[in-house]
Amino acid sequence: MSDQPVVTEHSAVEQATVTVSPSPKRESALMATAMSHEVNDSAKVMRLQSLGVRFGDKLAVRDVSFDVLENCVVALIGPSGSGKTTVLRALNRLHDLTPGSKVEGQVHLGELDIYSGDLDATMLRSRVGMVFQRPNPFPTMNIYQNVVSGLRFAGVKRKALLDEAAEASLIAAGLWESVRFRLKAPGTSLSGGEQQRMCIARALAVEPQVLLMDEPTSALDPAATARIEELLSELRERVAIVIVTHNMQQAARVSQRCAFMLMGQDRAGELIEFGPTDQLFNHPSDQRTADYIDGRFG
Amino acid sequence: MSGAGSDLEVGSDFEGSFSSLDPILNRRAEVQRTAAAKLTRRKLTSRAAALFCRASLLAALVPLVAVLSYTIKRGISAWSLAFFTHLPTPAGISGGGISNAIIGTLIIDFFAALMAVPLGVGVGLFLSQSNGKFAYVLRFGADVLAGVPSIVIGIFAYAVLVVTLKHFSAIAGSFGLAVIMLPTVTRASEVAIRGVPRDVTEAGLALGGRKAHVARRVVLPAALPGVITGVLLGIARAAGETAPLLFTAIGSQFTSYNVLHPMAAMPLIIYFDGIQAYPDLQQAAWGTALALIVIVFVLSVGGRLLSARVRRSVG
Repeated sequence: MSDQPVVTEHSAVEQATVTVSPSPKRESALMATAMSHEVNDSAKVMRLQSLGVRFGDKLAVRDVSFDVLENCVVALIGPSGSGKTTVLRALNRLHDLTPGSKVEGQVHLGELDIYSGDLDATMLRSRVGMVFQRPNPFPTMNIYQNVVSGLRFAGVKRKALLDEAAEASLIAAGLWESVRFRLKAPGTSLSGGEQQRMCIARALAVEPQVLLMDEPTSALDPAATARIEELLSELRERVAIVIVTHNMQQAARVSQRCAFMLMGQDRAGELIEFGPTDQLFNHPSDQRTADYIDGRFG
Repeated sequence: MSGAGSDLEVGSDFEGSFSSLDPILNRRAEVQRTAAAKLTRRKLTSRAAALFCRASLLAALVPLVAVLSYTIKRGISAWSLAFFTHLPTPAGISGGGISNAIIGTLIIDFFAALMAVPLGVGVGLFLSQSNGKFAYVLRFGADVLAGVPSIVIGIFAYAVLVVTLKHFSAIAGSFGLAVIMLPTVTRASEVAIRGVPRDVTEAGLALGGRKAHVARRVVLPAALPGVITGVLLGIARAAGETAPLLFTAIGSQFTSYNVLHPMAAMPLIIYFDGIQAYPDLQQAAWGTALALIVIVFVLSVGGRLLSARVRRSVG
């Protein structure tokens, strides 16, 4: 947070470049930047520039550019196969694990080019947390061990720090009151919704700058889903969030910015429109966005 | 059937009876009619198939029960306190035992497991993470190794360790048995580790864990029940092998704790005493066979109980 002025300055530079080249596709990005002025103290935490992902010969996603702002939830929406999850997994370099995958374009975390050769992927991943579709607690660990596992991976051994991080992140995930007296219980003994909130706490415990969520409620019942959605509005105060969702109502409820993706002619996903969520839902600038939101396909 | 079909065709063009006009009702009627007509035959076929399965089960159980009951019948009379605590005696002198062979088998199998388990679990971990050419060759190699006759492995251990060390030794026997354990442990570990959901591994990596860290702290503990089962099955399989020991540990009349020297082992007692003309030696062989079966049984059951317990604590 201390480097915030620097980041704001940088966003001004970014704005200038956008104004110089107003291609039709950039128009929505321009509006997003304009809107961001209305959201107070918004600064760019992460910037995607012409991000593309290839698996072998197959282009999975092409030319995705948008900014992730501070205190903001970005929702990625679009039909199946439009590359939402592929984009998300490019942001913490999880594609590194897939042989034959190749990422093009640039992703910056603050000033850091995350695909520059000298950045260690594990360093990046401790700054960009992730929550998965299904709750995936570490099966041999108890609740406490699960929550502090990211710190342990980083080599933190100081008990006081581990305890402090565990409590703070469980409070942030809305789970502290119900588990504080059974931290030694297996993580898998919790209900599905509680497990997912434990996984959120686990991701928060290392205090990441960005939290990626890949359809975090798709395996949960409506009540648990509602709790996680409530949580998101609190969480965005401390960490920028990028969430992939199939559920457009969810996108409308939880996000301030929205990216609509679609599979192109060559079956590669592309970004159709990016902008403030209410604008994208109420006054989409692209006909395809309007059709999708009206339920005409997808 | 052809009648119903032509009805349908006619009915769709001309005005016929109401039921023949509706293809759904026609199909439903025919399906139900056919099912009713064939009911008795289908019931009979089903009963015959179930009977065949039960008969097969009984036939498969016959050799198992026969071997067990015959070994118990012949072996139990050899059992006494002395049998487990004394050294072997020459034919005709009563009060002999197999204490040296029990100790020998425990020592030889322990060192075999010491060699095979770390290697096998390591290779299993590698195989579970890799689908490349090298992994394919390795996996194929493990399968081939599992099919190699144990006498060939005995000759191999003889050539590698006995010939080079210039004398028979228990450690050469352990080496032979380790080769026999290796494919079982490797493949069981691979399967167990592959059974750990991929997104659990990814969760570890997404938290900033290194691959080795995530494997050690998350994946291996989660796979532990399966790995334990594989290890104990491997030991159980190797414990009864005789051929690799014939060329290596070769047997001994005395208790030995030195793995660089010949050592007695239970399968060797069965092999050597079982073919003797003396009834008391034959009886010792049966007693040893029964003890060996009990050990293998305990290992198998113990392995399953242990892995079930680990699984429970894992949750």
